[in-house]
Amino acid sequence: MSDIQTDLQAPLQTPAQPSEDSGLILPRRSFLRGAGTLTLSAAAVAMLAGCESAAAGTSASAADISILNTALGAELEAIAAYQVGAESGLLQKPVLDLAVQFQGHHKEHADVLAKTVRSLGGKPVDAKKAYDFPVDKLKSQNDVLGFAAGLEKGAVSAYLGAVPLFKNRDLAKAAASILGDEAMHWAVLRNALGQNPVPVAFVS
Amino acid sequence: MSMRPIAADAIGGGPRKGAVHRAGAALRRLYALPLAAAVMVLVIPAEAAAAPDPARGQQIYDRCLACHAVENNRVGPRHCGLAGRQAGGLPGFDYSDAMRAAGFTWNRQTLDRFLADPLGVVPGTTMTYDGIKDDQERRDLVAYLLSLKPCAPR
Repeated sequence: MSDIQTDLQAPLQTPAQPSEDSGLILPRRSFLRGAGTLTLSAAAVAMLAGCESAAAGTSASAADISILNTALGAELEAIAAYQVGAESGLLQKPVLDLAVQFQGHHKEHADVLAKTVRSLGGKPVDAKKAYDFPVDKLKSQNDVLGFAAGLEKGAVSAYLGAVPLFKNRDLAKAAASILGDEAMHWAVLRNALGQNPVPVAFVS
Repeated sequence: MSMRPIAADAIGGGPRKGAVHRAGAALRRLYALPLAAAVMVLVIPAEAAAAPDPARGQQIYDRCLACHAVENNRVGPRHCGLAGRQAGGLPGFDYSDAMRAAGFTWNRQTLDRFLADPLGVVPGTTMTYDGIKDDQERRDLVAYLLSLKPCAPR
């Protein structure tokens, strides 16, 4: 962490933004302001919570609980990762606000995943006592954003790979709604890095 | 970040006592399909596959980043030094019972089979991911994973 503090004295390296009139992306500041209004849909949370009764003791299986628990473990790690970023001293407003907001989304995901696991008769995994993040490589705001973007991109792939495995289609639908939220995080973080926020037509 | 490729204990250890039968089943699943595929190759001309490309594989590895990293254990185990490691065998990582009992070593063939269908090859693994279904993508990813150097001492 001492390395991180030292490097705070250095000017932040911000990649060149694509031109605003390119039509490809929004201006960075307005994009971030817009992102601040994004919230995980209450309907999405209700969808996951609401499927508990349908899933409990019926089509949801131990396999579904395992999928939910793996997702929960990843969400808990994401919460911890954003905490590291927020406490690094490297994030400037409005990026810091964005990170805190995204962390809040992951907390919402984790809460509803844990609740669903319990309602299905399973035991939700706990957060680890410690996480092993590459903090020695996070020396600028862009390093933190890049790290977070990688996690979010991986999360999109992870949910995409989990959706077809659910026995209960309501759970699959709910997981897809979280996937959508993670994809928005990834796009906003890419934009904040000066990258094309939506580089491809399909995610994989 | 993600239900990651919700991948968790993808890389690891030898069979424990009492779990030999499960390891045998995993090995049968691991090798049965490649044998069938080999027979098919004799009958059906296949498109020429591109050589495995670790650089392309590194890009595909982005899909794994919600649960894995090269140098750090995450929800899933780290991947440095993966080649030749026993499935479920990374010291200090909390694998599922299924992965600890898998009974094989990570190499080109075992990685290819596992990554195509993790839960099919190791039922009970916490790597609850549908798999990399594209053969070329999988070959590239495996080439990248096998290219990773041993983990640095800590």
